[in-house]
Amino acid sequence: MVVEQAPVRLSSASLLPVLTLLGALWAVDAGAQQAASQNAAHDPGAHAASSHELYYGAVLFEKLEWGVGLDGSPNVARWDGQAWYGTDYDKIWLKTQGEVERGRRAENAEVQLLYSHLIGYYWDFQAGIRYDPRPRPDRTYGVIGIQGLAPGLFEVDLQGFVSERGDVSARLELSYDIYVTQRLVLQPNAEINVALQKVPELGVGSGFNDIEAGLRLRYEFTREVAPYIGVNYTRRFADTARYARRENERVASVEFLTGVRLYF
Amino acid sequence: MAEISVSRRSMLAGGIAAIAAPALPGTGLAQPGLGRALPREFNLAIEHVTLNITGRPRPAIAINRQVPGPVLKFREGEEVLINVANRLREETSIHWHGLILPSGQDGVPGISDGFQGIAAGQTHQYRFPLVQSGTYWYHSHSGTQEQAGFYGPLIIEPTRPDPFGYDRDYIIQLSDWTDENPHRVIQNLKRDPGYYNYNKRTAASLAAELARAPNAAAREAIIRDRMMWGQMRMDPTDIEDVTGYTFLVNGRTPQQNFTAVYRPGETVRLRFINSGAMSHFDVRIPGLEMTVVQAHGNNVQPVTIDEFRIAPAETFDVLVRPTNARQFQILAESMGRQGFASASIATQEGLPMLALPPHRERPLLTMADMGGDYGPKGLDRGTLRPETDRPGQIAPMDMGSMGGMDHSGMTGGGAGGGMQGMDHSNMPGMNHGTSAPSVGRGRGSMAPSSAPAVDHSNMPGMDHSTMPGMGRRSSLASDPGFRLASASLPTASVPGAGGFTLVQARQGQGSMQGMDHSNMPGMDHSNMPGMGQQTAPSRPQGRQNQQPAPRRDQRSAAPAAQDHSAMGHGAPGTGQVGQVDMSAANAHAGHGGMAPPDPFAVNTGAPPGTRVLTYRHLKALSNPYPVREPNRIIEVRLTGNMERYFWAINGNRFSEAQPIVLTLGERVRMRFINETMMSHPMHLHGVWMQPQVGNGAQNPLLHTVSVRPGSTLDVDVEADAEGGWAFHCHMLMHMETGMMRKVEIRRQPRVASAG
Repeated sequence: MVVEQAPVRLSSASLLPVLTLLGALWAVDAGAQQAASQNAAHDPGAHAASSHELYYGAVLFEKLEWGVGLDGSPNVARWDGQAWYGTDYDKIWLKTQGEVERGRRAENAEVQLLYSHLIGYYWDFQAGIRYDPRPRPDRTYGVIGIQGLAPGLFEVDLQGFVSERGDVSARLELSYDIYVTQRLVLQPNAEINVALQKVPELGVGSGFNDIEAGLRLRYEFTREVAPYIGVNYTRRFADTARYARRENERVASVEFLTGVRLYF
Repeated sequence: MAEISVSRRSMLAGGIAAIAAPALPGTGLAQPGLGRALPREFNLAIEHVTLNITGRPRPAIAINRQVPGPVLKFREGEEVLINVANRLREETSIHWHGLILPSGQDGVPGISDGFQGIAAGQTHQYRFPLVQSGTYWYHSHSGTQEQAGFYGPLIIEPTRPDPFGYDRDYIIQLSDWTDENPHRVIQNLKRDPGYYNYNKRTAASLAAELARAPNAAAREAIIRDRMMWGQMRMDPTDIEDVTGYTFLVNGRTPQQNFTAVYRPGETVRLRFINSGAMSHFDVRIPGLEMTVVQAHGNNVQPVTIDEFRIAPAETFDVLVRPTNARQFQILAESMGRQGFASASIATQEGLPMLALPPHRERPLLTMADMGGDYGPKGLDRGTLRPETDRPGQIAPMDMGSMGGMDHSGMTGGGAGGGMQGMDHSNMPGMNHGTSAPSVGRGRGSMAPSSAPAVDHSNMPGMDHSTMPGMGRRSSLASDPGFRLASASLPTASVPGAGGFTLVQARQGQGSMQGMDHSNMPGMDHSNMPGMGQQTAPSRPQGRQNQQPAPRRDQRSAAPAAQDHSAMGHGAPGTGQVGQVDMSAANAHAGHGGMAPPDPFAVNTGAPPGTRVLTYRHLKALSNPYPVREPNRIIEVRLTGNMERYFWAINGNRFSEAQPIVLTLGERVRMRFINETMMSHPMHLHGVWMQPQVGNGAQNPLLHTVSVRPGSTLDVDVEADAEGGWAFHCHMLMHMETGMMRKVEIRRQPRVASAG
């Protein structure tokens, strides 16, 4: 379902690797679920009195949205998803995010394949690779990070990257779910990117690159499907902003969002 | 003799509305054998069926095409043969819950001696003698099959009549049905532990609470409470893991209204069995009082009550005597208030159900449920090799916001000793005497006590505050003297404790002389207000009163009037506590001043004056075991990760855990320490568990012991059955995700001298 929507919206050949990966993952998950639902009794746990590790997986698209640019900002399609499969302690984790601006060449996309290990009650340590097919030139990075739940119930994803050229950067993502009612959830979130070196060909300056802050209000018809509306604000700083201006892109933009959160 | 009049009807009509093939009457029913000398033979066939409980046909597992399975009616003293034909497309097994039998017949794949499950298409023959009588049940012990409908009642008629009379006999088998694939339920919990919780605290409920609050202080307390839970990353509304259930009585929905028929003046025996996979029930019959005569298959001294809570896998037999002709309603409300199982007691069949009452208020977890004083740690764990917690299995408690933390000893290697000290000191309300003045922060001198049995003032060296609590854990573990000391406490009940006897404070003062206080398992002062002393008149109050409670509790000036929640919140009382570095709020937030909850308190939300059954009320009519002290204490810490939804014992899931090894003939004390925020009905196969409720030789014999959140509970076990036995939480998803161990009882003549 997710996979079928995505190509229509993004219609970009460059996203093919991403989508292929996602598709494969989805198929695996769907297959497993189908097998499981064929009869209620089918149960991988039925062997040997649970002297086994249980394997479970999930797919979460926190963002799958269309943003209408306000104040002259461009319209943008954006996605941010992750999927995992494995045991309580060891998982394979797949993350992808990106956006496509309507009528512009500027677009970015990334996909990460990570090994994830539970290191504390609320925290996973993750390491793996990241591949960015966009922007050009495409880049591959090594990734190391932690993901989990910080005191106060903040979802945190902190990652450090080293590119194939040796450039070092980091990203912090934070989000928080405010349950307004049992099904109406207001989610503020923020993403901050920093870089150690400038990478002009990718439009990345050194220091604080950009910040993205969003506020999304979703309604959980089920835990699986929750459409939302929201606003998103992006702001680039310093050299990154300068590079953007040079490319005739905006330094700051605001969008009104409509989208759907999917969690299977 | 009374007969089980329910059996045929419930079997044939019990909820199976949409079976493809016709039911086969009688196949699984207790068929008389050919002769007395031969074991009676029973045939059970396990099949996939389609079951329609909610209006949607869903896959289920049936026994002889019935959900629940047929009533197995055995006789004490006979031997039975049971042929189980597995017509599923997967492995299966049957466990005879509560039965004392050879390990090889117990039916747990991979754990019972020589039993590896019944492969698809195979037939397995069980054969065992029946050495007991009473109400039991049977269920699958493979994966989550139990949740799919694989359970049934098992009744063993006694050779000598039960010591109570009755005219009618009905099984009331409670269960929880979900339309979801049980495997999917686990997946949902794994990816979102709050998946099924639609009673979370919300911004809307916060606004409502604030609007209701009488003053600024109350509002502040509400905000602080919210922040604290957020800080801890825990959810106080997490009462039931799974919702979406339809609750059944003998396979029937409330609308299908199972009816127990009586004539006025008759005595009716109701055999309650909780076969719910994940549900506790609060049971009541408005208009009738119940006399509990049997618990977990064992007769107990009759006790008359109005309500009881039944944890998964428990059974209670009660007698009711409706004198006039009317319809009574058996109400079994789930602990999280998501629904009722209900049935009727009436003079005729076929009446429509009575309207269900509104739900009682949902309970909320409190800081008390987080536990606090878990007592000395690092005891014998009964495993062959030392065992340490795996990372990620114990909730961190070292947040800066939790002011009491530095005292609590809950960080890392913290030990109980220091916390013990805290407990004494922070409980002005728990003064063992009448209304002893401020004890302050436990600077040594305790107020003189008027309760003789717990006269701590006579104890030398009672300087709690100076106890080297932190880091004692390892030294305790390796100190054989400690085991000896803690194991040699004489058993005696506290005078005047009445129905509220302390579980652990049983030791006479003599034996306490010279004892390192931190080592005393019995020094659970938190229970003191319940000691039947005049200053502590009230039983724990409703949990629902606790939502804004922390603040109120702290300000309740009269220590004597503390209710249970106040204890749980550390009972910092009047501010004498605050003299050092702990403000009242901190004391509340931290664990420093926190007492563990009374392990036996049962709060069904009943109005005051209602008689609610607790384990303390249970007095065994006969106890086959000698009264003796255990030769060691085995620590069974109930742990787990609520966020990732896996559960464990002593910080290790079943998949990574070692067996607990007991020696045949020894008596061990299992010290359950519930470090999670959920109740865990712990079931030990093969042998009886005797929770130390304070009834001495009359402590009840149970097969499943429900351990409340945050509480510590001692349970004695006579290891009198050789072999491998399963030991697990009977919340199915808890067991499935790791809260399980193998207990091996081995013959070791050289060592078995403890008895």
